[in-house]
Amino acid sequence: MSRGQYILRRLVQMVPVVFAITLIIFIMLRAIPGDPAQTFLGDKATDQQIEIVTREMGLDKPIYVQYGYYLRNLVTLDLGDSLKYRVPVSTLLWSRLKVSLSVVLVTGIFIMLLSLPLGILAALKKDSLIDNIVRSALMVTMVMPSFYTGILLIIGLSIKLDLFPVSGYGDTFTEHLHHLVLPSLTLALGISPILIRVLRSSILEALDSDYVNTARAKGLTEQKVITLHVLRNALIPTVTLFGVTIGGLMGGTVITEKVFALPGAGALLVDSVAARDYPTVQSATFIFAMMVILVNLATDILYSFLDPRVELG
Amino acid sequence: MAVSNESSRTVVDAGQSATLAGAAREVRQSSRWTWLRSRNLIIGASILAILVSAAIFAPWLTPYEPQAQVPEEALQSPSLDHPFGTDNFGRDMFTRVLYGARIDLRVGVIAVLSPFVIGVLIGCIAGYFGGWADTLAMRAVDIVQAFPFLVLVIFIVSVLGPGLRNMYIAVALVAWIVYARLIRSSILAERNKEYVVAAQAIGGNDLRIITQHVFPNVITPCIVFAMTDIALYIGLAAGLSYLGLGERPPAPEWGAMISSGQPFMTTAWWISAIPGAAIVVTGIAFSLLGDGIGDALRPGSRA
Repeated sequence: MSRGQYILRRLVQMVPVVFAITLIIFIMLRAIPGDPAQTFLGDKATDQQIEIVTREMGLDKPIYVQYGYYLRNLVTLDLGDSLKYRVPVSTLLWSRLKVSLSVVLVTGIFIMLLSLPLGILAALKKDSLIDNIVRSALMVTMVMPSFYTGILLIIGLSIKLDLFPVSGYGDTFTEHLHHLVLPSLTLALGISPILIRVLRSSILEALDSDYVNTARAKGLTEQKVITLHVLRNALIPTVTLFGVTIGGLMGGTVITEKVFALPGAGALLVDSVAARDYPTVQSATFIFAMMVILVNLATDILYSFLDPRVELG
Repeated sequence: MAVSNESSRTVVDAGQSATLAGAAREVRQSSRWTWLRSRNLIIGASILAILVSAAIFAPWLTPYEPQAQVPEEALQSPSLDHPFGTDNFGRDMFTRVLYGARIDLRVGVIAVLSPFVIGVLIGCIAGYFGGWADTLAMRAVDIVQAFPFLVLVIFIVSVLGPGLRNMYIAVALVAWIVYARLIRSSILAERNKEYVVAAQAIGGNDLRIITQHVFPNVITPCIVFAMTDIALYIGLAAGLSYLGLGERPPAPEWGAMISSGQPFMTTAWWISAIPGAAIVVTGIAFSLLGDGIGDALRPGSRA
């Protein structure tokens, strides 16, 4: 199977999954007790107003027709108006997503800055003091709930040392970056341990392999053995994992956004849940699911380029 | 693993399923003494034993009540009378952390049970019978997997309403896929082995073959994984409480305690910091235990 066919097949496989996702979100939202029209209008609405809105929202139609409307609206990106903010959900979501995606991006950079040097160091100095310190520290940051890490970072770096803002997002690009450091560091500290573990063990595995013995036997310098042979192979599982991680971060920023009061899509989701703002909840959930699917697809495709042995079956 | 639960769970799953899959096969070869060789296992089990005793004997370990408010003793820093200080209502933090162990340990264990049972059941059926049952199960896995873990849990909890019971339901609906995939891939590896084929050849029925022959060989990785999952769910419960979707104050739940201490983090750090440390210690105990069991089951390879 050629790579083009492989990508095409993966895209076709996505269709029923996306379809099922919309169905699940739709059914679950219909399962919520309470009349959506009533929720939309608030407590002071008259029966007549409720009737009008019920008709406008299509709530008087059979359930499958409502699902049809829902699908049509999704395709045309007409996601309705937010009940809480009274603006189109698509506008709201887009402005919030930009913040979440910036968090993911900066977190990705932090993860690489932490994982690569520490993973390589821990593997090359296996069982040394450094290796043990790195591994013990990682065990701690790995089991720390992200909101706890966040609070500790705020206490240490914002309040005590006054290096970074406590919360918020700022107004200019540099301010944004400054505000993104702590949330991203919080997320990176939680995720890097897993990557470092995998990188460390794949380097150790590669060091044990025949091709490394051969490379050494033919007289390559140790540095060349490491960079050309060991790292090239050891990085493959790490890159895949990195992709999965980034996929997981979509929506994984929820709690951290709340801790640092970032105006991101995850915080929007939580706030909308609290306000029973269902048009926003369903759209945010859908968008997060779509992003995970796309990132996973991109990871699989990238993987097929990186590792020529992978079967495109 | 409690951290950003969402992303790590897929990652851990990807990282561990490969290494764990091999562990079961070697279970028979390990003598019972190898268990003692694992330092991780001993440390993890010891910490856990202390935590469980603290939870059980909480009423005897402290003279205070977890909910008793003494306004005149509010916001005291750690002292002999109050080893972990007091919170803004003058409640003894040591007492609350002890009683918190009752809630959080129970939450972790209960939360892992249903996804474990559901996942193992579906994984067994999918892996052993294959065909349309397998296709159906794997498509369901694909769909659940497309949602970010935390987003789906929050979504379900928002529909069902906040609280721990609904969190268990949400976790059961979402987390079974890890166990289903893990056990399915192990069974696929076992299905064509001689002992299974032999059992089929002498006419053993499928249920018997699965429960008596295949199951003991494939269940261990799932148990190891469940250990680390317990830590994850304790963090998740804490996170949901933090967002106001889990256990509500004044219950002495560790996450809720961290959350309620956040406004005081400049003046009274202990209100947030100590329950957080309790979560970390518990998480480490379960991780070590999981690693230790894994180590003990594959004596040859200790990375």
